Amino acid sequence: MAEARKRSLVLIVDDDAALSEMLQIVLRQEGFDTVHCGTGSGAVAAMRESRPDLVLLDLMLPGRDGVSVCRDMRAESGVPIIMLTAKSETDDVVAGLQAGADDYVAKPFKAKELLARIHTRLRRVSALPGSDQLTIGDLVISTAAHTVKRGSITLPLTPLEFDLLLALAKKPTQVFTREALLDEVWGYRNAADTRLVNVHVQRLRSKVEKDPEHPQIVVTVRGIGYRAGEPQTW
Amino acid sequence: MQLWWSSLPLRVLASTLVASLAILVLAGLLLMQQVADGIFESKRNSAIREASGMQRFMQEQLVLPEMRGVAAYEQLSRLAELAGAQAGQFQVFLQGPASRVASSPTILYQSIPAELTEKVTASDGMFVVSTELKATGSLNATPGLVVGSSLVTAVGERFPVYYVFPLISEVASLSDIRRAVISTGVAVLIGLAVIAYFVTRQVVRPVRNASQTALRLASGHLDERMPVRGSDDLASLAVSMNEMASDLQQRIRELEQLSAVQRRFVSDVSHELRTPLTTIKMASDLLYEMRLDLEPQSARTVELMNTEIERFSEMLADLLEISRFDAGAAVLERDDVDLDALVAAEVEAHRGFADSQGTELRLHRDGDAKAQVDARRITRILRNLLTNAIDHGEGKPIDVTVASDEDAVAVTVRDQGVGFEAEQSARVFDRFWRADPSRARKAGGTGLGLAISLEDARLHQGWLSAWGRPGRGAQFRLTLPRTPEVKLTSSPLPIIPPDVDPRRDL
Repeated sequence: MAEARKRSLVLIVDDDAALSEMLQIVLRQEGFDTVHCGTGSGAVAAMRESRPDLVLLDLMLPGRDGVSVCRDMRAESGVPIIMLTAKSETDDVVAGLQAGADDYVAKPFKAKELLARIHTRLRRVSALPGSDQLTIGDLVISTAAHTVKRGSITLPLTPLEFDLLLALAKKPTQVFTREALLDEVWGYRNAADTRLVNVHVQRLRSKVEKDPEHPQIVVTVRGIGYRAGEPQTW
Repeated sequence: MQLWWSSLPLRVLASTLVASLAILVLAGLLLMQQVADGIFESKRNSAIREASGMQRFMQEQLVLPEMRGVAAYEQLSRLAELAGAQAGQFQVFLQGPASRVASSPTILYQSIPAELTEKVTASDGMFVVSTELKATGSLNATPGLVVGSSLVTAVGERFPVYYVFPLISEVASLSDIRRAVISTGVAVLIGLAVIAYFVTRQVVRPVRNASQTALRLASGHLDERMPVRGSDDLASLAVSMNEMASDLQQRIRELEQLSAVQRRFVSDVSHELRTPLTTIKMASDLLYEMRLDLEPQSARTVELMNTEIERFSEMLADLLEISRFDAGAAVLERDDVDLDALVAAEVEAHRGFADSQGTELRLHRDGDAKAQVDARRITRILRNLLTNAIDHGEGKPIDVTVASDEDAVAVTVRDQGVGFEAEQSARVFDRFWRADPSRARKAGGTGLGLAISLEDARLHQGWLSAWGRPGRGAQFRLTLPRTPEVKLTSSPLPIIPPDVDPRRDL
C-alpha cells in the first residue's frame, strides 16, 4: 500500500469521548496515526500544530460549530476534510460542503465505510501514464507537480478540486454524469449524494473560471452532467 | 331560482312587498267601500230630504184654490215648471193620466226602473231606488237615485211623481278618493320596500361579515376578527365568533406546539442515538472481524450482536425517515429518470439475495418509462417491494413488469407466494404490520419499509397499491405521474395480475 510507507496522520475533531476513542482504535489498527481534539475552538490550532494528512470533523461541536471550523481550516490548508454528521438530510451537510469539506459520513456508519472514505481521500486520482501535461480550457494541468496554471499563474486548488478537474481533463470528449464523478473522484460505487458534486463543482468554478456565471472550463451539460471545456490556445 | 336562494335581502324584500301589497289592497278596498257607503248614504238622505220638500211644495201648489178647475195636464206642466225653477240638483218627472211632464229634458224617462213605478202606482208613500240613468244624446249611463211618490189633486186624482238625482259629483269625488288611496298605497309600498331593504342590509351586512370572517378563519387566517359595535344580537354574534376564533387559535397553537415538541423529540432522540450507535457499531465491527479467534460461543455472540446492531440501526434510520414524513419535512428532489433502467438496476442488485432463496427474478421491460422523480426514493420503494416479494415468495418466480402511457409510468412486482386476504391489501402499508406474526423474516426488515414506500409514492403524487389472495401470491403496483403537473387518473398496469382470472374472485 502506498500509504503504508509513511503512516498518515488523521486529526479527529469530536466531542464524544467514546466515539473519539473508538475511532482512534480503528484507525490505528488500520495503520494510521491519530491526534484528537475535543472542542471546536481548539481545532484549528490542533491542525496547525499537528499538520495532519486528513481531518475527521464532527459537525456538532461544543465551543464552535463544525461548519465555521471547517471554513477556517480550509482557509489555511487544502487538507482533506471528512465531516461526521448525525443529520445527513439537513442543510448542515450542504453548509459544510460549501465551507470546504471534501466528503461526509452520516452516523451511524460502519468502520469499513469510514475507512473506505479516508482511503479514497488520501489516494490521488492517477494520471494517464506518460502524459504529464493536460489542458482544459485555457488551463494547463501538470499531473506530476499537482499544479494547475493559467499562463504563469498557479491556481490554488485543494487536492479534491485538483482531482475533480483532472478527472474531467483526462477524458475531454466524455460527458460525466454526477454519479460517474462520484465514482471517479469520491469512490462511491453506488449512487450517492449528488450534492457533493454540485457543491464542489461550484467551488471549483469559483477558482478556475474567469466568469463563474458563464463557465468555460467545467461546462454543464443539461440533464446529464458536466464535461471539460474546449482547449483554448491563447 | 338560484338568485332567489342566494340573496337573503332579495327574499326579504320580495316577501315584504307581497305581504304589504296584499294588506294595502285589502285596506284600500275596505276604505273605498266605507267611503262610498258614507257618500251614498248621505246623498240618499239628502235626496229624500229634498224630494220631500219638493213633494210638499208641489202638493201645496196642487191643492191651492186657484188650481181648481185647471186641467190636470196644465196643472202638471205648471208644477213641473215650478219644480224645474227650484230644483238644481235633480229632475222631476210627473206622470199624468195621459202624458208625462219633465222639469228638464236631459234624463230619459226610461231611466226610472219599472219596479219603482209599480210600487208608486200601487201604494202611497215615498220609495228610493238607485239605478243607472240614461241621458239624452249620451250612451253612457250614470249612477243615480230615483225617489218616487204620488201627488194627489184637490179632486183626489193621483199622479206618480219621480225625483231623479244624478250622482255625477259623488262618482267624481269617489274616483278622486280612489286615486288618492291608490297613490298613497303605492307611496307606502315603495316606502316599505326601501325600509325593508335598509333593515335587511343592516342585518345582513354583519351576518355577511361574520360568514366572511368564518371563511377566512377556516382557511387558516387565525388572526381574523369581527368588529364589535354596540351590544345587540349582532354584536354578541361578533363577540361569540371572536371568542370561538381565539379559542380555535389557541388550541391550534397548542397542538402545533405539542406536535412540534413531539417531532423535535423524536428527531432529537434519533439523532442523539446516532453517536453512541456509531461507537457501538464500530466496536461490534471490530469484534466481528476478530470472531474467528474467539471461542465458538463468544464468536456466535459477537455475530448475533453484529446483526442485531445492524438491524437496530436500520430501524433507527427508518424511524427517522418516518418522523421526517410526519413532520412534513420530506423534500422531493426530482430529476429526469428512466424508470426502466432504474428497475433493471435494482433487479440486478437483488439477484444475489434472490438466488440465495432459490427465487427466479423475471424482468419485463418497457423501453420508454422516463419520468421526473426522485431516484433515491423510487429506488428505496423498489428495494422494499423486491425484498418483500423475495421474502414472501416461497422460492417461486417473481415477475417485475414496467409499463408506461402518456401520463404515467408504472411497475408491478408479482410474487406467487403466500399472499394475503383481500381485506388486508390496505393494512399491509401500516407501520409494523405483519401478515403472519409467527413468520420469521429472512431479509430482516424493520416493519416500516412499506409504510415509508407509501409515503414516498405519495410525495410524488403517485400511487402504491397492493393486491393479494391467500395462497395465490401478491402484487404491488407503483404508479407515478411522468411530470409533477400530471394528475393520476389511471395506471398503465392493472392492479389484479393478468395471470389471475378476476371472475374467480366474484
